Amino acid sequence: MKLRETKFTQCLVGAALGGVMALGGATAFAQTVKIGTPSFLTGAAAPAFGIPAKQGTELIVRGINNGELPAPYNTKGLAGRQIDLIVYDEAGGGTKQVTEFRNKAQKDNVDAIIGIISSGTCAALTKVAEELKVLTIQTVCGTPRVFEEINKDPKYVFRTINHATANNVSAARYLAAKMKDKVKGFAGINQNYAWGQDSWRDFQLAMATLIPAAKASKKPQFPKLFSGQYGTEISALSRSRENVVHSSFWGGDLEAFIGQASARGLFKRKSFVLTVGETVAYRLGKKFPQGILAGTRGPYGMYVVDDPTPLNQWFQKEFRKAYGSPPSQPAYQYAQGFLAAKYAYDKAAKDAGKFPSTEQVITALRGATFPTFVGDVKMGLSKGHQAMTDDRWGVTAWDEAKGEMVVKDVVVFPAECVNPPDGVGSIEWLKGGMKGAKC
Amino acid sequence: MTRLLDRTFWGLTLGLFALLLLNFLLEEWMRSIGLQSLSRGCVAIGLLVLWRTGLVSFGHALFFGFGAYTVAMLQIIGINDIILLLIGGMATAGGLALVLGFLLRQYRAIFFALLNMAFSMILYGVLAKVESLGSTDGIGISQVTFFGFTASSEAYRPTLFVFAAIFAYIAAVGSHWYLKSTLGLMTMAVRENEIRVEYLGYSAEKAIHIKYVLSGVLAGVGGVIMALTVGHVDPDSMVYWTVSGDFVFITILAGTGNVGATFIGALVYELLRTYAFEFAPEIWQLILGGALLLIIMFLPDGLWSLRSEWRSRRALAAARSGKTEKGEAGQ
Repeated sequence: MKLRETKFTQCLVGAALGGVMALGGATAFAQTVKIGTPSFLTGAAAPAFGIPAKQGTELIVRGINNGELPAPYNTKGLAGRQIDLIVYDEAGGGTKQVTEFRNKAQKDNVDAIIGIISSGTCAALTKVAEELKVLTIQTVCGTPRVFEEINKDPKYVFRTINHATANNVSAARYLAAKMKDKVKGFAGINQNYAWGQDSWRDFQLAMATLIPAAKASKKPQFPKLFSGQYGTEISALSRSRENVVHSSFWGGDLEAFIGQASARGLFKRKSFVLTVGETVAYRLGKKFPQGILAGTRGPYGMYVVDDPTPLNQWFQKEFRKAYGSPPSQPAYQYAQGFLAAKYAYDKAAKDAGKFPSTEQVITALRGATFPTFVGDVKMGLSKGHQAMTDDRWGVTAWDEAKGEMVVKDVVVFPAECVNPPDGVGSIEWLKGGMKGAKC
Repeated sequence: MTRLLDRTFWGLTLGLFALLLLNFLLEEWMRSIGLQSLSRGCVAIGLLVLWRTGLVSFGHALFFGFGAYTVAMLQIIGINDIILLLIGGMATAGGLALVLGFLLRQYRAIFFALLNMAFSMILYGVLAKVESLGSTDGIGISQVTFFGFTASSEAYRPTLFVFAAIFAYIAAVGSHWYLKSTLGLMTMAVRENEIRVEYLGYSAEKAIHIKYVLSGVLAGVGGVIMALTVGHVDPDSMVYWTVSGDFVFITILAGTGNVGATFIGALVYELLRTYAFEFAPEIWQLILGGALLLIIMFLPDGLWSLRSEWRSRRALAAARSGKTEKGEAGQ
């Protein structure tokens, strides 16, 4: 009896193992689209950028795989195939990221890379993506250099978000539209590296055209990246004559700055323009300053909370349900990259009549206009590889009923109003007085 | 002459031929890991050379980054041959080490380590501000020519690997011979008793200075190989102090017993990092740190000590069974 029992158990275990192996085999052989997604999982950029980006990615991938999304994205998978997602860490600098990109492309054989937060990573990965012929959709990084200098003739690299110039131009436009006479000059505090330097330059050039009477501070502050202590800078800003302060701070630096500047009442004395301020608005809640301009680089996060399009409402509802907090801009921006992939794979499959090759997907995405959560993304710049969306600015306020930060007095600037015409470099366009802008 | 052609020399030569053969079999991602190991291995030899004198540098990313950025700058002015880039990288890194050496040779222990770090962070600060070199975003490196020949796109990386392997081989053998020379051995005496060395009529500072230049040149070679491997240089992954930390990690991992071990250490580090990154994307630094801790606790003399331990055990077993084994000195 005992012997038979043992045999029975063995059989059971054997069958179970066999079943598991068969299942494993089935998933291994099922056709999937493998996508690598870099995002900051560790370090200073993780809490405000990397983690929401990862959450947005996981949510949209779940939505795409299960066919949960509203039309026009209501079919399952990318061209019918499930997404096999690998999220990996973007920390460690460009060189490390190039190595990881090679690993993902050549060791894990991914079909596409969707993601990237830092401009440094985008700059570093653009060449290697073209070299290894991997479809790469950059989702957050801002530097216009990606297509204007590094990769003037892109094939495999796309970016589905406005570049940083548009954001600073629209900030200046908002000031010009709402408080032109009140601006008596502007100061700046930006981190001392490429993103901070570029942002200040773009804002300064846009202001020179739009509000020539307002002069830029002769002593813009450029504290060290990740320095975390801004006592002297805050003192200097408090004493400065300029009444508007521009800052492209982000992540831990932004949170530290807000904490220190609020304590000294700086936000009450100056009008602040925080170009990516929205990223920490939900995290800080009531501690986030009210009555300042906080940007999202397009129709994302705080600016579209109440927008009724079904896709947006699905994202808002499911994100809050899954993570217990509202989606901020990185969640939207990463998810938007996946919508671009979904659009391009589905369209290419329809055109080809079968599952498309990478080249066919690229053809489908180049120059396309596809619906995003709110409005459309138009791949209208840099030979159809650089996106244009509208951009929005407004003034922050605390909504007691909702218990979260909201924006008021929102102005929507059309894509053609804040982006240079196709083929014109950003700096050249800004220096030439932003000719050809359609507002 | 025969003194120079010892077991380590033959081991390294064998290693070179093995790498050149492997080059035909390797998948591209493995070749990338191999190239990076060769690059970091070169820098780690530079640290080993200093380590033998009891000096640890927490700032060798300075010379590593200098070598790498030299490639970028030479490419801007149109120089694009691997040999010229290598010579350029060695010359600038070596020149910098020569100049800094006049100051640093006077310092020992923690002061030496941290002064190196200070200098590397100065370079970091400068590079982060230079917009023509891409500031913090860094700058791309184009494909190079090999003695004037352009490799096709399929052959490019295998060819690069051959050149990198040969550079690393020359660096390793040269360093090994240096360490065996009177000058090289004397620096071990400096570690043990500096005053006594001075009384014997040698200048300890001069010996250290020579070492410092040599280690700077080696780090420069590593930087050149890395720049060409990755195709991109940026201050964060070339000059930042954590990069110097990586090199110290590799040196501890490998142990200072043998120059060949540094390449093994670099390879183990590279694999550890790659897989930690893949399987634990949110805590990969923790795994690297844990590995370092384990090495320090259980293998304080690094991976190379496994070999000597194995040898001494074998010798012990042989002695027990009545046989004798000739010990080998000079490792």
